[in-house]
Amino acid sequence: MDMPVLSLRNLTVDIPTRHGTLRPVDDVSWDIAAGEILGVVGESGAGKSMTGNAVIGLLDPPAHISAGEVLLEGERIDNYTLAQMRRVRGKRIGMVFQDPLTSLNPLLTIGEQLSETILRHLDVSRSEADARAIQGLDEVGIPSARNRMGAYPHEFSGGMRQRVVIALALCAEPTLLIADEPTTALDVSVQAQIIALLKRLCRERGMAAMLVTHDMGVIAETADRVAVMYAGRLAEIGPVSQIVGQPRHPYTDGLMASTPAASAGQARLRQIPGAMPRLNRMPDGCAFHPRCPRAQDKCRVNPGPKVGTADERAACWFPIEQDEAAA
Amino acid sequence: MLAYIIRRVFQSVIVLLAVGLVAFSMFRFVGDPIENLLGQERTVQDVERLREALGLNDPFAVQYARFLGRAVTGDFGISYRQSRPVSQIIAERAPATLELAFVSGVLALTVGIGLGVFTAIRRDGWAANIIMSVSLIGVSLPTFLIGILLIYLFGVQLRWLPTFGRGDVVDLGWWTTGFLTSSGLKSLILPSITLGLFQMTLIMRLVRSEMLEVLRQDYIRFARARGLSAKSVNFRHALKNTMVPVITVTGLQLGAIIAFAIITETVFQWPGVGLLFINAVQFVDIPVMAAYLMLISVMFVMINLLVDILYVWVDPRLRIDGRHT
Amino acid sequence: MSNLPDATRQGVEPLDRMEPAEVVQPSRWRSIWDADVTWSFRHSPVAVVAAVVTLAMILSAIFAPWIATTNPFDPASLNLMNGFSRPGVPNAFTGESFWLGTDDQGRDVWSTILYGLRISLFVGFMAVLFALVLGVLLGLLAGYVGGWVETIIMRVADVQLTFPSILVALLIFGVARGVIPIEYRDQMAIWVLIVAIGLSDWVQFARVVRGATLVEKNKEYVQAARLIGRKPGAIMLKHILPNVLSPVLVIATISLALAIIAEATLSFLGVGAPPTQPSLGTLIRIGQDFLFSGEWWILFFPALTLLALALSVNLLGDWLRDALNPRLR
Repeated sequence: MDMPVLSLRNLTVDIPTRHGTLRPVDDVSWDIAAGEILGVVGESGAGKSMTGNAVIGLLDPPAHISAGEVLLEGERIDNYTLAQMRRVRGKRIGMVFQDPLTSLNPLLTIGEQLSETILRHLDVSRSEADARAIQGLDEVGIPSARNRMGAYPHEFSGGMRQRVVIALALCAEPTLLIADEPTTALDVSVQAQIIALLKRLCRERGMAAMLVTHDMGVIAETADRVAVMYAGRLAEIGPVSQIVGQPRHPYTDGLMASTPAASAGQARLRQIPGAMPRLNRMPDGCAFHPRCPRAQDKCRVNPGPKVGTADERAACWFPIEQDEAAA
Repeated sequence: MLAYIIRRVFQSVIVLLAVGLVAFSMFRFVGDPIENLLGQERTVQDVERLREALGLNDPFAVQYARFLGRAVTGDFGISYRQSRPVSQIIAERAPATLELAFVSGVLALTVGIGLGVFTAIRRDGWAANIIMSVSLIGVSLPTFLIGILLIYLFGVQLRWLPTFGRGDVVDLGWWTTGFLTSSGLKSLILPSITLGLFQMTLIMRLVRSEMLEVLRQDYIRFARARGLSAKSVNFRHALKNTMVPVITVTGLQLGAIIAFAIITETVFQWPGVGLLFINAVQFVDIPVMAAYLMLISVMFVMINLLVDILYVWVDPRLRIDGRHT
Repeated sequence: MSNLPDATRQGVEPLDRMEPAEVVQPSRWRSIWDADVTWSFRHSPVAVVAAVVTLAMILSAIFAPWIATTNPFDPASLNLMNGFSRPGVPNAFTGESFWLGTDDQGRDVWSTILYGLRISLFVGFMAVLFALVLGVLLGLLAGYVGGWVETIIMRVADVQLTFPSILVALLIFGVARGVIPIEYRDQMAIWVLIVAIGLSDWVQFARVVRGATLVEKNKEYVQAARLIGRKPGAIMLKHILPNVLSPVLVIATISLALAIIAEATLSFLGVGAPPTQPSLGTLIRIGQDFLFSGEWWILFFPALTLLALALSVNLLGDWLRDALNPRLR
């Protein structure tokens, strides 16, 4: 259990464009241990999804990893060839996307899509693959799974489809799951079920998970640790209780104060003034300084230093101290 | 699904009735049928007798109904120019056009889809770029110029292939075929390339753009994220979804081949229905024009119906048969 | 969705987002011409070349009487002895030299091409204009009035769309020949061509305009115009029409290429421009007879001109579609 399942080391993603290079992911590092769920939060465009795509090697050109490393169980995979990467995807890293309505091929039955994935990664016979597919559907809570193998995606409801998607992502028993906003497109009542399902599967299988979301409620409920991203950079990372209870980065603090679930008891939700900068108009220094109540001159020149330990740290010149937060 | 097909059949019948009305109006009002039949030497009595005999004094609706009734049984009247039953003339000519259209259609479909898929998968490769540039010239090149170019190259300069006519044909009684003789097959090559090239370009460009669209879809991304092989992603997942929108347009294009045969048949003096139609237009042979219009529309409507049924077959979302409920 | 659009949304703003939906017309026009289209034009060498070629052809057609060395249809200027002169080679009998050669009648091919271009472009432009006016009016009417008017117009459009336009044009041509007395046929041929091609091509315009009208009709500014008592005709022409101009412009350009090809095809088939007023298609038809005997230039140069014209206009249309509709790229 010493070796983390996933390690990002200063991961940086660049998109060269006509008007210069954009950097949607900038110097991001974190570890996820087996059985651990890391929640990744931030506004849309903060680089959360892009980080997930970079890990599994699905960046759309011209976006590419320009610096840093991705280590899967201690093995560097960011320099893998496409053929090598295809053996990693599905087999060692499972991925779940946001919209279950569009994630499944409408013209193939779910049985076909499941067995094809199983046959691709595991050395089993056709009938064995079908048996595993049924078992997988069973596991994610599809009722009478055997009879549903021949059904097409449109015959399922949204929540059921997301269960099928999860079954597909996990059918070759990966050690890491990347779930990119897995509940955003679902009804609120269904969201909780899907989150519970993900949590249970991670626990049962000892699987590491990277849960990308902008829903703090989901994070508070599911994650062991939380990474907060802002404008492509990692603002703060730490145990969920600390991020929610005693945030150190002013952005995290603002984020929590503006979230109903995390700011229970607060009379009124606070909002962060302004908006996240666009990638082509990044300010110098700390990306958050134009909106930060604590910003001073040096924040405008240099990005904040990383304070804290590897497991819990914030990138800030003037982090909120514990006694301050209590006051 | 049955209701869907019945509705489509019903719509097709409406279209045919409308086209029939156009054909009949041409027949009835363009040029005077009496003049065409009797010529200069005629008396008022002759005219009146013929009008009565032809039913030209009946109400319009009755005449239209009679016209349709005859058309259904294959009776399109007598050609003004050849003084023979139109149905007989067309029956003689139809095999030539249908064989030509068949070969061109197969050519356009196979090569068009193949190149479309290739250029979509290798979208930034040099070969795909060359194919795309050439295809743009292909779209701008009028069919008849392609024909002339091929004739000049392979007929006049290289002298490899015949440049006009069908070559030797074998008479099978009700059908004449050029498929069974070497000169017949050789004669087919240039016209079928000429006729198929334009449709091929269109199908290729369509398949390419649809496939690129499909390749951007989430389920393709998800298929990639599951580590499926390129072959499986491109052909099992992408191609099948590409075909759904392609089928409609392709069906129409195959129908258009029969109409575009008019041009190819003129260039190659191919003794088919298209050449017959062009001559009919030149000499205002209305019965032949009307019959051609009717036959073409029947053909189009049938292709459309076939396309609709194929559509249901490919796309399970349209299949409501209660199998999995 | 994929991760790239997410990123570009942050970085490069898509063009269609730059202008709010309810901009007033003058600024919309200015923003289109100032920013996007001209920029993309300057950065597309293909579009520049295509535009130059098209413009050169249009100018040569307009000024044909001054550029052409002879008027090929003035019998007095013809000398049969000059027949079949090879391009650039002095004629064996008369010693005269023609840089693109002459045909069987001794007509200078260069001059016949210029005059042919005149006919081809005239028919093309007029046919598109006819289709445009008809299609836009019917499309506006169908979209704005709705009800049975819309049903009839769009049903006819659907049925016509099933048939290739060349077939529709041929039928209209055939019927027109039947209706027009024989002695006027050659005289009327050009106009019959224009009507036949125009009528076979209005559907595209009508469909696009109807679609846009349905969208615009429910916008606030149209509702407001209706409330203050503007007449439907005025609303359609002054408020809705300007909003559909850019797609109409794209379709018109692409239709021009199609119309030029359609005209050439009909003339080639012998049912278009008569030999007394030959278009490029007629010239190619005439030239085909001499291909087998080796006089290639009679066919080659008109064919090359037609190809260059059709290709340039097509490329221009392609570029315009991309430039005005960034999302379609």
